[in-house]
Amino acid sequence: MIGNLDTTTLQNLWWFICSALGALFIFLTFVQGGQTMLFTLASTAEEKSLLVNSLGRKWELTFTTLVVFGGAMFAAFPLFYATSFGGAYWVWVSILFTFIVQAVSYEYRSKPGNLLGTGTYDLFLFINGSVGILLIGAAVGTFFSGSNFSLNAMNQVTWQHPLRGLEAAFSLFNLSLGLFLVFHARTMGALYLANNIDHKVLHRRANNAVLINFAISLPFLLFVLVRLVTMQGFGVDPVSGTVALTDGKYLANLLSLPVIPAFLLVGLILVIGGVVVNGLQGKKNGIWLAGLGTVLVGLAIFFTAGYNNTSFYPSKIDLASSLTIRNASSSHYTLTVMSYVALAVPFVVAYIFYFWRLMDMKKISMAELSGEQAKELY
Amino acid sequence: MLETANLTMVNWARAQFALTAMYHWLFVPLTLGLSFLVAFFETWYVKTGNEDWKRLTKFWMTLFGINFAIGVATGIILEFEFGTNWSNYSWMVGDIFGAPLAIEGIFAFFLEASFFAVMFFGWDRVSAKMHLFSTWMVAIGSNLSAVWILVANGWMQHPVGMHFNPDMARFEMQSFAEIVFSPVAVSKFTHTTSSAFLLASLFVIAVSAWFLLKGRHLEMAKKSILAASVFGLLSSGLVAFTGDEAAFTNAHDQPMKLAAFEGLYKGQKNAGLVAMGVINPDKKPGDSAAPFLFEVRLPGLLSLLANRQTGSFVPGIDDLVYGNAPENIVGVTQKMERGRQAIHQLQMYQQAKKAGDASAAATALAAFTPEQDFLGYGYLLTPEEAVPPVGLTFYSFHVMVILGTILPLVCLLFLIFTYNDTIREKKWLLWAGIFSLFLAHVAHQAGWIVAEVGRQPWAIQGLLPVTVARSNLTTGTVQTTFFLFLALFTTLLLAEIRIMLGQIKRGPEEA
Ligand code: HDD
Ligand code: HEM
Ligand code: HEM
Repeated sequence: MIGNLDTTTLQNLWWFICSALGALFIFLTFVQGGQTMLFTLASTAEEKSLLVNSLGRKWELTFTTLVVFGGAMFAAFPLFYATSFGGAYWVWVSILFTFIVQAVSYEYRSKPGNLLGTGTYDLFLFINGSVGILLIGAAVGTFFSGSNFSLNAMNQVTWQHPLRGLEAAFSLFNLSLGLFLVFHARTMGALYLANNIDHKVLHRRANNAVLINFAISLPFLLFVLVRLVTMQGFGVDPVSGTVALTDGKYLANLLSLPVIPAFLLVGLILVIGGVVVNGLQGKKNGIWLAGLGTVLVGLAIFFTAGYNNTSFYPSKIDLASSLTIRNASSSHYTLTVMSYVALAVPFVVAYIFYFWRLMDMKKISMAELSGEQAKELY
Repeated sequence: MLETANLTMVNWARAQFALTAMYHWLFVPLTLGLSFLVAFFETWYVKTGNEDWKRLTKFWMTLFGINFAIGVATGIILEFEFGTNWSNYSWMVGDIFGAPLAIEGIFAFFLEASFFAVMFFGWDRVSAKMHLFSTWMVAIGSNLSAVWILVANGWMQHPVGMHFNPDMARFEMQSFAEIVFSPVAVSKFTHTTSSAFLLASLFVIAVSAWFLLKGRHLEMAKKSILAASVFGLLSSGLVAFTGDEAAFTNAHDQPMKLAAFEGLYKGQKNAGLVAMGVINPDKKPGDSAAPFLFEVRLPGLLSLLANRQTGSFVPGIDDLVYGNAPENIVGVTQKMERGRQAIHQLQMYQQAKKAGDASAAATALAAFTPEQDFLGYGYLLTPEEAVPPVGLTFYSFHVMVILGTILPLVCLLFLIFTYNDTIREKKWLLWAGIFSLFLAHVAHQAGWIVAEVGRQPWAIQGLLPVTVARSNLTTGTVQTTFFLFLALFTTLLLAEIRIMLGQIKRGPEEA
């Protein structure tokens, strides 16, 4: 069945898969959001320990989703991987740095002899949650606002800005997207913690944080959405393949398929629903509503970037170098092989979900800190 | 195609890649092997219900976790470094090379990530059977990730299952099965994992030997040593067998690498294997200087190793560079000629296509096709450039092989004396056990140097030189990240070692 799909369908399919990974990643950044609140949500060392251990059971999933997103982009859109990582060098290296330090922090922070001291590792977690997510937002912003590269006849990239990608963070649009993601991650982090930890005081504080962070994130989101529908976009002529700046391009994209506005709208409503459930009604299950909502909004955003004859990685300075899901993709053969591989993804998601539920059936509580396993905690 | 190849930048990019890979490799072998040892211990616990085994499991698991975290930290940078340092590589072969990396993530990393949390924090959340299952899943997931990354690396050493697409000017995948079941990939995987099991066994032996020296946790230490020395012995048998297999595949797919790690300049029939020697630092390809200042040779064995046939011909560096007509070896000099033709015709083809001149395009393509296999050689400036650094590969190989004979002996002695229960009297052996962990690390790093340095100047053997594979970065940029990574990883390594030592000092819980 997959063997008979044509190249265009496969390219669309792979943009869908990459979008799904990207959207899931944005949901899973609740870990990063939670990390930025260690200093403010907890008022005692024990409370902090609860927060860390709650997040510490999920951080690898977020991390791995990022890695797999990178791998999937490499396999399906190698020209993007080559152009963006080799071109926007500093922004990616900076992002990776924050993830390197995150990866050791949970395991090391409270172990004796950890060289740098607990405070440093907690600071690493904070940097990962703030700087890391902000830069990721800025990098994703360039999917719409464009970057400063050109490709030669052999598709070798030259970056035309001395900051090599970091300049993305200085555009109002990209910066707003980044800040939105930071505060959204914090909202989600608070929702997750309220759900995952069995502790009355923390629960109340987390639910407060849900409201506050959501309120802060909202203007950034609105700005991003308004700019998105009013700005010029990088449209592609499907016949000649030439890229041109087009008025109202992203508005047209948003409306090009009925599912896109539907995902965006339903997603936003679900996120608001999740915030209301926790923040106003004081309950615990908002994370599931808001999580699903985040994934839907994420999908809508990625669809807008890539589908409907659009350049998903445009070059501001040399329109002809812009990347589309057509010119950046792997060969028909590779996309086909990878599509067979992708059949496994639902099983992977299923076992992740199953074990997640199994582990979270029993919430994390103060009892655990003094229990049999206390020594093994982070 | 290539403006001016900036060699300094390329070398810094190589150094940076090597630095991060070698740091990653300090932790990965322990993960690969210790995960299985932990799973054995836990299986024993679940079978017997004996709490001793549970405490043992938990102790080794803690050490596993500390190592795992930094393995993950050093891994993520590698995943993206193909793009940052070798962006042209990523485009030229991404159609083939990206797939195993993505598959590794989907099949292996998610397994590790999901079950790691269950393994560490699930003791009182899931049933004993489910917990055991999770521990096994972490072990299997780790080793699955080795499968896929080594398929990728094996393909760089010996590219198969692909063709060149002149319209895209890139290589494209033609047979996924050929890539996955390539003999090079298989021998890489088996050799790497078995040597990782050996290292992990020596880790367990070293830590337990320390307990015996201190007179602590005697029973647990002996139990651990018994399990680890058997595992180590079995693994080292596999290491030798698969190492021989690796050298055999090298002889066919990367004869230059074999010649370099044996220091063989003039090809010979019935060639001898150098057991140990000192390379003549002034020796250059093609000159008449002696290759060694001193050497001990085992007659005939190299022919046996390379071709499984005594008396057979093994080509040397000079034969491969300058050609050897009687033995039917085409030299680099000739390949470079054909490579230049290939580059020229490819450019003609692209120009003609752009100009819409179909017949000129067809002519150029027809002239390109027979030369296309030599494309990469067209970028070499001199034939001697095709020779990897001989000294480094030679010494690394020999250090690895010598250790490959010493380390199994260590395991054997530990097994015998622990079985007799006289191990505590053998202080010298206990110290040797501790030291052998260091030696195992040396062997591992040396192995990768053989594999990777011996592949130079190619990023993809015979297809793509590193000078073409590079990204368009300034030397300063790459230098900056090199030192940033050096500082960061060294700090994290020191932290890791101190935490490990702290946990070892604390020891397993006593009943
Ligand atoms: C404890 C570690 C260890 C030990 C004792 C040995 N090796 Fe090894 N060797 C490795 C660890 C290693 C490694 C780090 O795992 C390498 C690097 C790349 C690879 O595939 O495995 C490797 C590579 C490697 C290569 C290069 C493969 C390639 O370039 O494709 C050869 C030819 C051998 N080994 C051969 C041997 C022989 C004949 C040994 C003697 C019995 C031996 N190794 C012992
Ligand atoms: C983890 C253990 C590894 C070590 C210690 C290691 C070591 C090295 C070294 C020393 C170099 C520099 C060689 C030189 O230029 O002199 C190198 C280069 C490189 N290695 Fe490895 N390597 C490892 C694994 C891998 C794997 C698994 C892959 C691929 C999947 C890989 C891909 C590369 C690439 C792309 C380069 C740069 C291009 C080149 O110099 O050939 N390495 N590595
Ligand atoms: C240069 C090539 C390599 C790349 C790009 C790479 C990439 C990665 C990444 C991204 C991670 C973190 C995974 C996570 O999200 O949990 C990781 C961890 C790991 N990698 Fe590598 N890796 C390379 C070489 C190798 C090799 C050669 C092996 C084994 C033969 C290996 C085995 C592992 C294992 C077992 C882990 C689990 C963590 C640990 O060891 O502590 N990797 N690698």
